[in-house]
Amino acid sequence: MAGKRRFNYKTKEGLQGYLFILPWIIGFIVFTAGPLLFSFAASFTNYNVTSQMDFIGLSNYEKLFSGDQLFWTSLYNTLYYVLFSVPLTTAGAILLSALLNRDIPGMRLFRTIYYLPAVLSGVGVYLLWMQLLEPGTGMVNTVLAWFGIQGPNWLFDPEWTKPALIFMKLWSVGGGMLLYLASMQGISKSLYEAAEIDGANAWQQFTRITIPMITPVIFFDIVTSLIGGFQIFQEAYVMSNGEGGPVNSMLFYNLYMWQKAFEAFDMGYAMAMSWILFVIVFALTIVNLKLAPKWVHYEGGGK
Amino acid sequence: MVKQTAAARPKLSKPKVSHFETIQGRRQALNVINWVLLAAGSILMLSPLWWMLVTSVKTMQEVMTYPPTFWPESWNWSNYMKTWEAAPFDLYTVNTLTITILVVIGNVFVNSFIAYGFAKVPFKGRNALFAIVLSTMMIPGFVTLIPQYVLFAKLQWLNTYYPLVIPAFFGSAFNIFLLRQFYMTIPDELIEAAKMEGASHFWIWWKIGLPLTKPALATVAIFSFNGAWNDFLGPLLYVNDENLYTLQLGLQVFKGQMSTQWNYLMAGSLLVLLPVIILFFFFQKYFIQGINLQSGGK
Repeated sequence: MAGKRRFNYKTKEGLQGYLFILPWIIGFIVFTAGPLLFSFAASFTNYNVTSQMDFIGLSNYEKLFSGDQLFWTSLYNTLYYVLFSVPLTTAGAILLSALLNRDIPGMRLFRTIYYLPAVLSGVGVYLLWMQLLEPGTGMVNTVLAWFGIQGPNWLFDPEWTKPALIFMKLWSVGGGMLLYLASMQGISKSLYEAAEIDGANAWQQFTRITIPMITPVIFFDIVTSLIGGFQIFQEAYVMSNGEGGPVNSMLFYNLYMWQKAFEAFDMGYAMAMSWILFVIVFALTIVNLKLAPKWVHYEGGGK
Repeated sequence: MVKQTAAARPKLSKPKVSHFETIQGRRQALNVINWVLLAAGSILMLSPLWWMLVTSVKTMQEVMTYPPTFWPESWNWSNYMKTWEAAPFDLYTVNTLTITILVVIGNVFVNSFIAYGFAKVPFKGRNALFAIVLSTMMIPGFVTLIPQYVLFAKLQWLNTYYPLVIPAFFGSAFNIFLLRQFYMTIPDELIEAAKMEGASHFWIWWKIGLPLTKPALATVAIFSFNGAWNDFLGPLLYVNDENLYTLQLGLQVFKGQMSTQWNYLMAGSLLVLLPVIILFFFFQKYFIQGINLQSGGK
């Protein structure tokens, strides 16, 4: 008996392991895998939560691609937002962390100040920006006026709503900055000292040492902010009262999906939309992963 | 080394290089430019918060005055009392705290438990399952949100807090990842020694794992608090009854009532943001630690 028990220790430990991750397994099945399967199946139906669920083949997808102008508008708006916000926040965060990554007085205080806006979110922040961007008496246009610039109508002008949201996004650049700062502080000082003796200036050191050394974090940041950027919703919902106006300029993909799912209760249609988004995000992530070896530098990776 | 040669040289021939041509000189000059840039940027970053405070204490008449000012004529702190009384913010606060506390408890304990399993208990398929955990982070939220809504509707959970709280007790990929990273830094010998003494993994998790990972748990607690406190989408979708409104929903409704009364709106916004700001100043190191864990450091 004793020998048998000993022999079984590995299996017993294995069982304990499954017990540890059991909450996740249940959660994964109930809140992720199950819903995914249901959603995929329902995207081929006219499901509306209450009464009907008839199989209608690819109709939802066909209608999206051929007959729904708002679908294309929402996709365009979202791409616009991602295309500008991701590079700008990434570049901003890298530059900021490079400035902070020096022995200068007040560095910790600066870090705190730059990071603070990044932890703030929710309706309070959106209301604040609606006030800041008020065309007449808001802070942004007031400051622009000091320099003789007549500020745009921001959230009231369809041309300027998305730049306004990107502007707001840049306020929270501190989150990414901390990520890069942590990575930069891990770079050996001797690399910089050697470069200095060789006469490399600050810019050369930044582009030849700092940037290559932090490429793994840049990669991580780009992948996650791409996924996040495609899902912009709350700010557009609050700032346009759920409508996506003016002239649908803030009708982002998720907002349109929300309207279809929870206002029109055209669930099958909304789920088809969600799968198209999934495919887009998935494809972009795969492209990122494929491109990574070409530019991401892993220490000890042999390249 | 550089210093020494520079100090040794002057006796022979005093080099007539200007201060800025030396390495240290260049470094100092750069630091000054740096400092000025950072200081200017800091003012830019803080100005929205200052503007919020200033607007919140102005009279409505002053808010509408052009050009607006960065210093109010008078500090009308009574705006805050008026705001607090204009909507049931005390009820919203209690509701939000209820949800937030439950979510934090669930997130801290359950994710720590799961993460311990992934980090310290060997079992078949562990790496494959952990890969699935990570890959779920890639799924856009709305893909599961809509069918989850259907599920909760069928369970008769609409207009309750269950959809907001229960999922927090079944682990979240991001927090599992964060805590597992931290567990990986704890030497296996410690666990092995306890196992030799005959301790089960559950005992080890409770008595060794939890205490040793306190800093990481603080990070998870703070991130979860922040997430639950600021969650707008969840309550918007699942809560209709005004008695169940959270601060975020309340603020959105308040915005509709006040339309352009920016002094009250800014007072309300600041009140809702204040707990997070206070938390940030006290526990900044845990916020930063969370970021460092993400980037693969400790």
